Parts: sequence; structure tokens; C-alpha cells
Amino acid sequence: MSSITTNQDPSRWEKIWQSNMAYSFRRNPVAMVSFAIFAIIVLAAVFAPVFAPFDPYDPNQIDIMNSEYPPVWVEGADPQFMFGTDDQGRDLWSTILYGTRLSLLIGLCAVALQAFLGITIGLTAGYVGGRVDNLLMRMADIQLSFSTLMVAIIFLAITQAVFGSQTFNRFAIYFLIAVIGIAEWPQYARTVRATVLAEKKKEYVDSARVLGFGPLRIMFRHILPNSLSPIFVISTVQVANAIISEASLSFLGLGMPPSQPSLGSLISSGFDYIFSGSWWITVIPGVILVVLVLVINLLGDWMRDVLNPKLYKG
Amino acid sequence: MKDMPDTAPLLELRNLEKQFDLDRGFLETIKFKGGKIYREKRAVHAVNNVSLSANRGEALCVVGESGCGKSTVARLVAGLLTPTSGEVHYAGERIDNRSRHDMMPLRKKMQMIFQNPYASLNPRMTIQQALEEPVRFHNPSMNGSEVTDRVVEVMKSVGVDPSWSRRYPHEFSGGQRQRIAIARALTVDPEFVIADEPISALDVSIQAQVLNLMLEAKEERGLTYLFITHDLSVVQHFGTRVVVLYLGTVCEVAETDTLFSNPKHPYTKALLSAVPQLSDAKPDHIRLKGEIPTPINMPKGCPFHSRCSYSDARCLEEQPQPLHQPDGSVVACHAVEENRLDG
Amino acid sequence: MSLLSVRDLSVKFAMRDQTVTALRNISFDLARGERLGIVGESGAGKSITGFALMNLLSRPGYIAGGKILFEDRDITGLEDEAMRDIRGNHMAMIFQDPMVTLNPVLTIGQQMLETLYAHRKLSKAEATQIAILKLREVYIPSPEERLDQYPHELSGGMRQRIIIAMALLLDPKLIIADEPTTALDVTIQADIMELLLELCHSNKVGLILITHDLGVVSQMTERTLVMYAGRIIEAGPTREIINDPQHPYTQGLINALPQQTPPGHRLKQIPGNMPPLTAIPPGCPFAPRCGFAVDHCRTTLPEVVSYGGVEVACHEVNRLHNAPAKEKSA
Repeated sequence: MSSITTNQDPSRWEKIWQSNMAYSFRRNPVAMVSFAIFAIIVLAAVFAPVFAPFDPYDPNQIDIMNSEYPPVWVEGADPQFMFGTDDQGRDLWSTILYGTRLSLLIGLCAVALQAFLGITIGLTAGYVGGRVDNLLMRMADIQLSFSTLMVAIIFLAITQAVFGSQTFNRFAIYFLIAVIGIAEWPQYARTVRATVLAEKKKEYVDSARVLGFGPLRIMFRHILPNSLSPIFVISTVQVANAIISEASLSFLGLGMPPSQPSLGSLISSGFDYIFSGSWWITVIPGVILVVLVLVINLLGDWMRDVLNPKLYKG
Repeated sequence: MKDMPDTAPLLELRNLEKQFDLDRGFLETIKFKGGKIYREKRAVHAVNNVSLSANRGEALCVVGESGCGKSTVARLVAGLLTPTSGEVHYAGERIDNRSRHDMMPLRKKMQMIFQNPYASLNPRMTIQQALEEPVRFHNPSMNGSEVTDRVVEVMKSVGVDPSWSRRYPHEFSGGQRQRIAIARALTVDPEFVIADEPISALDVSIQAQVLNLMLEAKEERGLTYLFITHDLSVVQHFGTRVVVLYLGTVCEVAETDTLFSNPKHPYTKALLSAVPQLSDAKPDHIRLKGEIPTPINMPKGCPFHSRCSYSDARCLEEQPQPLHQPDGSVVACHAVEENRLDG
Repeated sequence: MSLLSVRDLSVKFAMRDQTVTALRNISFDLARGERLGIVGESGAGKSITGFALMNLLSRPGYIAGGKILFEDRDITGLEDEAMRDIRGNHMAMIFQDPMVTLNPVLTIGQQMLETLYAHRKLSKAEATQIAILKLREVYIPSPEERLDQYPHELSGGMRQRIIIAMALLLDPKLIIADEPTTALDVTIQADIMELLLELCHSNKVGLILITHDLGVVSQMTERTLVMYAGRIIEAGPTREIINDPQHPYTQGLINALPQQTPPGHRLKQIPGNMPPLTAIPPGCPFAPRCGFAVDHCRTTLPEVVSYGGVEVACHEVNRLHNAPAKEKSA
């Protein structure tokens, strides 16, 4: 308010820098460290082909003779493989980079799908109300009463049986995105609906109705932009959940095939060798997974505190 | 607008009723009391049999205490609620049963200003976006510069600095926001404005600014107002005619001067005497017994009888009808009808 | 000996990039049983004054200077324990919204007895007796039954009466009422005002009434402070201030009321807005909105001077008073 008398508008970047969010970010070391780690992981994953010394998808670069070299700080290591190699002789560092890329991709796409379904359904239920609301929310309740993993296991197991593992492996990534996306939409729908119910009572919505605006315009132009804060918060939690779901499914052999390993399938494939002393194949991707999920959750916690102190973690 | 040949009222409410169901669905209607299970459907009787009319150029004020249904009346007129029964007529045409599409031409003529300037502007839209949106929506043929011109013209007329246009509502004080909200309502060039407690959320010195603005707009644009408020001093200043509501029922309708110099209904008298005055002489505050009953399951008879010191057996049984008085006001009170009030 | 004496009280808020002064050098006295009104618009600092007096300021806000003497005892630096004793036994506060002041999950009786037990050693029967007595004092019908009721079962006016009864439980010497009637309807407001007045008379309780409503102040109080942007700009007997205000802001505030202008005419508005606490101009804080401001109003802070029957913080009060009536109402 103090700037009203001055005529100069601060630039967009200045506004962002001075906003509450940026301020609390600068004051919160946990958020800063989490963000830094998250950014490093994301950058490393996105530019995996640049950073990775080998291409784990290229059979010509894999030599089975190189299998199970330990990381460089352990005796008996080959210096060209920083984190050692896995059972097939792939460079573990490169495989982790590519695997993280897949895990993040699946997580983000699944959450995008969840968000699309959940926001549309939640907005409609909240805004229209009445029977439509009842019907949609009962659907959400039913969906929620099945656990995500149970639905996913059944769905993926059936698909694998129907299409055969050859085809399944080729399209595994899409199946994973679809199943994780569909299983968790009610989280979004419920959050969005609750926010819409609160926003709908505000006078700016009445004002829009008095101006004769149609329901679609009111929903997407007026209510949705004001419901974004909880959507952001829930998105962080959901990305973390989706990454874990994907890892769990892959660990159970229902996810990414060993030829295209995500973090989960990498952990799974290393699990067979853990007792033969090759602990690194499981432990290193495991640590990366835990760190990734942890920083996302920490960022989500921070965001929740900043955007809406009252919101309860769903 | 004295030269208007059209003498029909611009707005007319006929026997308007609005009830809100408290018990929705079958299960909620089942009650248990005194060892018996029975079915009961409760409803809030927010507006009961209200008939009013507002002429062109008038500032019709609706006053009453919280829960008297004055905001519900405003929302019924604005089409935000549908009446349970009764009719709303605007410029001779019935409007309460129209679809959104059929209402469209009217949306340009009828606008609303809300109580809380902190909630009535979309927090994620800049002032410019908020003001341009209704113009574009209602005038799809206008090009960009025409829209901007219209918006700048309205901004200037209500004292909104055009240099504010790229800011967001949270950067402004309550009074400034209410100005912006008024500007938004005026962008479509309405002839009728419903104002639901437009100044009660504002500070005293700012109230005067907004009230002046609304008076100016009335004179310059020939607006007709339906002004909802609980503040009698504002009514006295702003209104041409006053409607006093109690529990969703009309007690008294009168010209402003008449009402303040010669209130007739016992409730109006009590209301007027309760306003804290600046002057040394304390008026004798007429004490009402009890408190406002809830408008659930309305009592028989006069809605005011439980607090009225003039009530008798007839008031308990029979609801008084609004009757015309010699000085032009309309009063619904048995005691007034029977001349039982002294003075 | 005055009951309460405030000397040069300043309150600051430590914001993220600056320290904001919310109250600047507030000084006033309150005699036993006196009723004092604090008027001002939102953001003037009147509620903060109430909180500071009760030592209830919470974290970014703190008392930056000055003294609050309650019966000649400085209570600004008191330990929590000692302050709680004063708060319960000697001072009480009534808040604006009766809907949120009472705890919705406890009965009226539980809440009243809890307060009594916290400060007095009483048996249950004795405590109940006191609670009923106080409820009767605020004209609550059938007080015995009310004790077992929950707040939601009572109307707004009834709740505010109960809050007043709770404030009176420990026979305080001072009640600070922050907008006690703003959330109520006019007919109920009139009742509550009458009740408060009567209680102050019969119990010899001092009252600090914080409000924005000049009508309420006029009917309730003997003396009035007018606040603007964290300062007291005018102080004196209520009648003097209402009938013959000296500060241009007080004049503007009174003249802006719709009652002061014939119906249908333009109201005499004060231009502009009160400056936010983060951007209080140097000099007189009212200067940018003042029709009488001259150069030194914009540069130097006016001292408080006695003028007529009141204390006023305005450089130009002499000129103002001798100005022709026409200019005065401009």
C-alpha cells in the first residue's frame, strides 16, 4: 500500500523478489537447501545425456565383463565407473541419471493427469453443487477406498497378462502414468472442491454473476486462479507420492523393465545382489530416491506454511 | 428524470417470498423429541410477502437489523437467488423466471455494489482487467481502444486514478477498492444499481467520500438505487423513500422526511430512538423487550408482537396488512390501524 | 491518585524490512470510575492502545518506550505471573465480536468458573453463586439455566452481556472495551450501552471505550481521545470535543457524518486516506489531507497545546479558531 503514492511500477522481477513467498524463502534455510538439491537433481536428470559418461540404453556401450565393479572409493574399483557398475555391466552413475529422469517424468506426468482430472471434477462439483456434486464426490470416495497400489497392481498385472510382457515393456511408461494418474485424482478433486466452496461465497463471484458472466468463465477465469495455492501445495506432495508409487510398482516388477530402468527398477534389480556384497546397486539409487522425495516434501511443507497456514495436509 | 413520460415503477416486487430449507434430504427431516420420532421440515423464512416498488430516479432505502432479510431482497432483485414465490418486475417485465441468457440484456441495465470491498474484487485480476472484462463481455464489437477509452472515462468519473490500472486490489485501501468496485459496476452504463451495505465496511471519513460519489453518479447518470443499509443516518441523507423490514416483513414504507419526522410503526420508533446521537440531549431510548426471534418457523400474527409493548390478542393471532396512511406512508400495524398508539 | 496513568507510551512492530511505529508518545490519565473514549478510524492505533494497556501485544509488536502506571505501579515490565494477576483482578477486556470471544465447546458456566478458579480460592458452590450474581447484574433472565448452555444457544446480544458479566467476575477497577457494540444491531447496541453505563456507575469501574462511532462516544464517555496515525491529536472533555472540536481532523470527522449535512447534499468529506503506518509523512501526519496545512505543518511535528478546554496537537489551532466560519467548514 505504501507504494500507491509513487508512480513508478516495480518490474515483474522486483515484485516477485519482494513478494512474501520470496521473502520467506530467503529466510528459510531448509527451503533453500531443499530447493538447491531438487534443482541439482532435476538439472542432472534433464541433461542426463550430457552429464552421463555412458548411454545405458546403448547395448554397444555395455560390457557384461564390467559387471559389479564397486564405487571408486571401495577397493577393486575401476576408475572409469564412479559409482561402480550394476549386474549387467552398466555404469551405475549413468543409469541413475537416466533412471531419475524416467522417475521424474512419470511422477510429473502422472500428477499432471491427476491435476487435470481432479481440478475439472472438483471445480464442477464445487461450482454446480447439488446432485452433480453428490455424484462426483461419491465417485471420489469409492476411488479413494481402494488403495492406489492395489488398483495399480491389479491393473498392471492384467495389462501385462493381456498384452504380453514384450508390448507391456514398450508402453510401460504410459501405463504407469495412466494408472497413477487415475488412481489419485480424488486428492485434487476434494481439495479443489473445498476451495471452490469457500471462494464461491465471496462477493466477487456474485459480482461476476450480476454482470451476466457464464459458469465456465466464472469457474476458470475467476474461481480457479484464486484456488491455486492449495493446488500448488497438494501438487508437491502428489509428485513425491507418484514417484514413490512408481518406484514401488517397478520394485514389484510391474513397472519399468530392466532394460529401461527407473530408480525403482534399479533398486529392485540390485536387490538380488545385495547379499553377494554388491550393495551399491541398491543403496545408491535408494539414497537418491529418498533424498529426492524428502526434498520435494520439505519444499511442499514450506510452501504450505507460506501459502496457507490453515490448510491441513490432505 | 422528471420529464420521463413513463410513470410505471422501474422495479416492482409483488408478494415476494424466499425460504431457505434447513433440512435438505429425507434423513435430515427426521427428528426425535420426547420419545417420538416425527418428520419436520424447517425453513428460514427470510423474506415474507414483500411488495415494493421503486420509481425511476429514486433512491429506495431498505433498512432493518441483521437477519431481517434486507440482503436477501437485494439478491432476489439481482437474480442471484430465485424467489420461492412472488414476482420481480423490471420496467414492466417479469424477470425472476428468466434464464441467464434471457437476462443478458438486463445485466447491462442493472448492477450491484457489494458490502465488502475486500471480497468483491477478484484478487488475481489487475484493476484494468477487472474493469475491462465487463465492457468486453457486453460489447463484443468494441475494439481495444474503444474499451480502454470507456474504462478510462469511467475511472475518471469516479475518481480512480488511471495510473492504478496495473495494480492488484490488495494494494488499495478499503475506500479505494469500493471506488473501483463502483467503477466496475458503472462500466456497463447501468440505469439501476443495487447497493448492499456499500459503506458499512468503511471508515467514517471514507464513508462520506463513497456516499458523495454515489450521489454524484445518481445525478450525472440518472441512476435509480435500491440501497440496503442498517444505518439510519445514511438513509436520512441518501434515501428518497424508506422501507423498514423486520423479520422479512415490511413494517413501514414512507417518504424519508415523513419517516424521520413522524415514524408510526412501534418498531420504526424504537429503531430511530436507538441511534446514538451526537447531541447532548439524550433521546428517550425506547427499550424493546427480548431479542429478534429467529426467522425459522415464523410465529403467527404480527412478527413484531414478541417485542412490542402495544401488542394485544389480535396481534398474536392476525398478521397486520399494510395500510395507507393520510400522509402517504404505508404501515402494517394493528395498533396504528386501531389508533391505540398515543402521540 | 489516578487509576491509570500512561506516559509517553510507544509501540513498535518489527516488520521484515523495517520497524513500524504504531503508537507514538501516547499520554493520558484515567481517574477512578472515569469513562474515557478513544476514537479513531481503522489503523489509527486505538485497538493497539487497548492491547498495550493489557500487555497483550503479541510478537512482532512490543512496547518500545514509556510507562503504564496502574495505581502508581509500573506495569510495563511486569513478569507474566504478576501481569496475569493484574489482568484478572484489576483490569478486564471486552472484545468486539461476541461470536468468537466465547469458547464454543465449553458451557457458559464452565467458562465463568474457570476464570474464578484461576484467580480465587473458591468452592464450587461459592463460585457458582458469584457467577449467577454477575449474570443477574447484566439482566440475563434465568441465569441458573444459562450456566449449562453453550454459546451457540444464545443470541448475539445475550452473548455480549455474558462477556460483560465475565469481565465483571473479579470486580475489576478498569474495563477496556474494544468496539463492544459494533457487531450488534442498533436496538441491541442501545441496550448494551445503557448496561455498561449503569455498571460503571454502580460499581465505580473505570471504562476505556475504544470505538470509531462518535455517537457512541458522545453518549458513553466523559473524556475523549482522538487518535490519528498512531498519535493522540486531540484530548479533552467529550462534550467540548463534540461541540467545538479544535483539530481539523476531528472537525472533519464530525462534519463528515450524514447528520451534519441537509439530506441530498454533498457530505463534507475529508479527502484522501489515512497514511499507512509504514509511510507516515514527516511533520503533522494529517497535513496531506488538511485544508489548513501550511509549510511547517509538513515538516515539523506539532506539539500538544492547550486550547479552550482541550489539548490539541496542531500548529495552526489559533488561526483555525479565528478563521471565518466559511473557511472552517470547507
